[in-house]
Amino acid sequence: MILDSKIPEGNLAEKWDKHKFNVKLVNPANKRKYDIIVVGTGLAGASAAATFGELGYNVKAFCFQDSPRRAHSIAAQGGINAAKNYQNDGDSIFRLFYDTVKGGDYRAREANVYRLAQVSVNIIDQCVAQGVPFAREYGGLLANRSFGGAQVSRTFYARGQTGQQLLLGAYSALNRQIAYGKVKMYPRTEMLDLVMVDGKARGIVVRNLITGKIESHSAHAVVLATGGYGNVFFLSTNAMGSNATAAWRAHKKGALFANPCYTQIHPTCIPVSGDYQSKLTLMSESLRNDGRVWVPKTKEIAERLRKGEITVNDIAEADRDYYLERKYPAFGNLVPRDVASRNAKLVCDEGRGVGASGLAVYLDFADAIKREGQPAIAAKYGNLFEMYAKITDENPYERPMRIYPAVHYTMGGLWVDYNLMTNIPGLYATGECNFSDHGANRLGASALMQGLADGYFVIPYTIGDYLAQTPYDKVSTDHPAFKEAEAEVIAKNNQLLSINGTRTVDDFHKALGLIMWDYCGMARNAEGLKFAKQEIRKLRDEFWRDVKVTGVNEELNQTLEKAYRVADFLELGELMVDDALHRNESCGGHFREEYQTPENEALRDDENFAYVAAWEFTGVGNEPVLHKEELKFENVKLTQRSYK
Amino acid sequence: MAGSNPNAKPMDLTLKVWRQKDRNSAGSMVTYPVVGISPDMSFLEMLDVLNEDLLRKGEEPIAFDHDCREGICGMCSLFINGRAHGPERGTTTCQLHMRHFSHGDTITIEPWRAAAFPVHKDLIVDRSAFDRIQQAGGYISVNTGGVPDANEIPIPKSIADKAFDAATCIGCGACVAACKNASAMLFVSAKVSQMAMLPQGKTERKTRAENMVAQMDIEGFGACSNTGACAAECPVGISLENIAMLNREYLGARLTSENLA
Repeated sequence: MILDSKIPEGNLAEKWDKHKFNVKLVNPANKRKYDIIVVGTGLAGASAAATFGELGYNVKAFCFQDSPRRAHSIAAQGGINAAKNYQNDGDSIFRLFYDTVKGGDYRAREANVYRLAQVSVNIIDQCVAQGVPFAREYGGLLANRSFGGAQVSRTFYARGQTGQQLLLGAYSALNRQIAYGKVKMYPRTEMLDLVMVDGKARGIVVRNLITGKIESHSAHAVVLATGGYGNVFFLSTNAMGSNATAAWRAHKKGALFANPCYTQIHPTCIPVSGDYQSKLTLMSESLRNDGRVWVPKTKEIAERLRKGEITVNDIAEADRDYYLERKYPAFGNLVPRDVASRNAKLVCDEGRGVGASGLAVYLDFADAIKREGQPAIAAKYGNLFEMYAKITDENPYERPMRIYPAVHYTMGGLWVDYNLMTNIPGLYATGECNFSDHGANRLGASALMQGLADGYFVIPYTIGDYLAQTPYDKVSTDHPAFKEAEAEVIAKNNQLLSINGTRTVDDFHKALGLIMWDYCGMARNAEGLKFAKQEIRKLRDEFWRDVKVTGVNEELNQTLEKAYRVADFLELGELMVDDALHRNESCGGHFREEYQTPENEALRDDENFAYVAAWEFTGVGNEPVLHKEELKFENVKLTQRSYK
Repeated sequence: MAGSNPNAKPMDLTLKVWRQKDRNSAGSMVTYPVVGISPDMSFLEMLDVLNEDLLRKGEEPIAFDHDCREGICGMCSLFINGRAHGPERGTTTCQLHMRHFSHGDTITIEPWRAAAFPVHKDLIVDRSAFDRIQQAGGYISVNTGGVPDANEIPIPKSIADKAFDAATCIGCGACVAACKNASAMLFVSAKVSQMAMLPQGKTERKTRAENMVAQMDIEGFGACSNTGACAAECPVGISLENIAMLNREYLGARLTSENLA
């Protein structure tokens, strides 16, 4: 298989415009002859479904939640980047492009990232027109703030609820199309298989989560906007229902999975408090604009603190180590997420961590409160401080927050070309579900940008090119391909229900999460990864022998839902380990202990690993086949990433 | 590993939980003892612990809606001791922690109770009526593309902030559950007033108010009698002022109706 990224020829700045002119168009009167399925209704899915409807296509949209408004994009806090340069501080499309490629540790496709930066400006216009209440200055114009990994203020925000406001904007556009009858919405409906006819994606098999009924839907193209796979780790900042099943089952039907080991561990999360913990809560990275990260200078002080012999306020200024400011004077507390997370792990590994577990560092607002006053800080971060207080029962205005890194975002995902189409004709992947724009590390406020860029401004053009070359004929869901896929899904669910073992699904999920966190988390090494692969295989065998799933398929059955999702995580986890083991370098969120500079920074190997690793499924328990897409850098010089 | 309060003692509690097989079956309260609950657990984590126990015994776990567990997606619900989202003000159930309960407590847990929110199973209700109300007019009719530059529409900060306050509604349904009439006025008013305040939303303000209210009535929500229970129980603090604004918007729209039907 040769991976063709279909990057248009020509100058970087002209590629997208030229491509938009060169793609084939579907006549407005013919659009109604095409059906498109969109799975997932977060930013990437809702924006695409709404825009397809506006263009005149017939759309079916699916989500597992009870309403499209609940997709996990809603939880994004900090903001959305756009190269508007409203602040007159030197921003430009090229600078946003450059920052994103560099932030991704030179493992993203130049052409995709440039296009992302180009359309970023349209996103803000669109959202404002929809009534998204972004933060504003007293003059009535839009406000901006800065975010990690950038030295300009290009982030638009709506208090600490930017994702919510953007998603409700996309949801309103989607609702308008539902009302017009152009989009048919299927909430509480989960995709369990992709259906291919003559080598093309022609539909999906779904489970109605209320009745348990297995149903099929056919279309001319299928768009997966199903988010990321961070819940492989069990504990993450993802929603409880976030899962990889739709993408993974498409992978098992032949879609390549790219860079699965690129996982983003977010530096500012609330630490784990006990083994009952069900998820981790993120505190927006924007907190690092004013909060100072530190730990005690010595192990001895940290130990006395953990034992409760002293409190944080007893530690003298001279005994505090503001390690990010010390090591990275230029960026200070605003280094990118991978750098901040790795450094938190380093100081905790040195025994200087705080909190009862020693797995936390301080994020201190005392200086900011002294400088700006408590009301100013409350105006900026009030809802985040409240959330912290609710969860920890501690007042962050009086003592520093305790934070620790947690799994947050997955840069890997289904391989797509420049048109966002996977290697399966007619199957697209957008938003976090694809691999394309963030390389090995995503910068803050870039996920919302990518999801909406893909959905509003990229795929509406590129899908037309494919459909224009597709006959109008519909495939009936009575086609044997649908019947076979349905039978497979039913058989798998029945198998899960019939095992009647002794261990719960959560039990297995937690065990998998622990393996992943310990050996394929913030730091990895070859020996650990090899061990993890064996452990995952053992766990997977045990799962299929000993899991306990109660009830039947034909009902609302949350245990069964969890079971089939975890069954897929148990396969995907192994692929993540394979990918991490094969990539003999460190880059962004993938840190291999064997490959680091004397200062513990990630050491890339551009000569041998400047490629996208796209894996082909060959059967559970078989070794996947690696396909490489070489990354060419013609506009950015590859250098050791430095934030000093 | 201890949390923020290492001295807090684990609690034993008695739960009375609404169990209902499906929409068409009758339900009943079932009593479950739970032991060794950490005060640092969230309410839903406490239910996770109970469900794991039930599963190990081969019993069916309690079905409840939840997703982000950060208080923003609006998926979680639960009527706890007669209060929507439990005893803490301004808190969703997922953000409610067990430190607000005491050893020996009996806690009753019911689904949202409203004719417009039929029970799917146990504590899970059908809130699709909310989506249909939004589909009736909770949007500004702009297509993707062809919109003016974002800064061409200056909006006074005070207006933007007020619109934001209304826009933070998470659509959980607590307002309906808290209201003795099961009225959806707070939910509807939040969207109507957000968009009526913003210049972008003014064009369609009349049809929006009329159509959303009409859909609310079709769905079978009750009338508003201004008791304010909705705003008191709203986890994100949506203000009663929005209802006043909706009344004004609706009256104005009816008097000069643009609906041709």
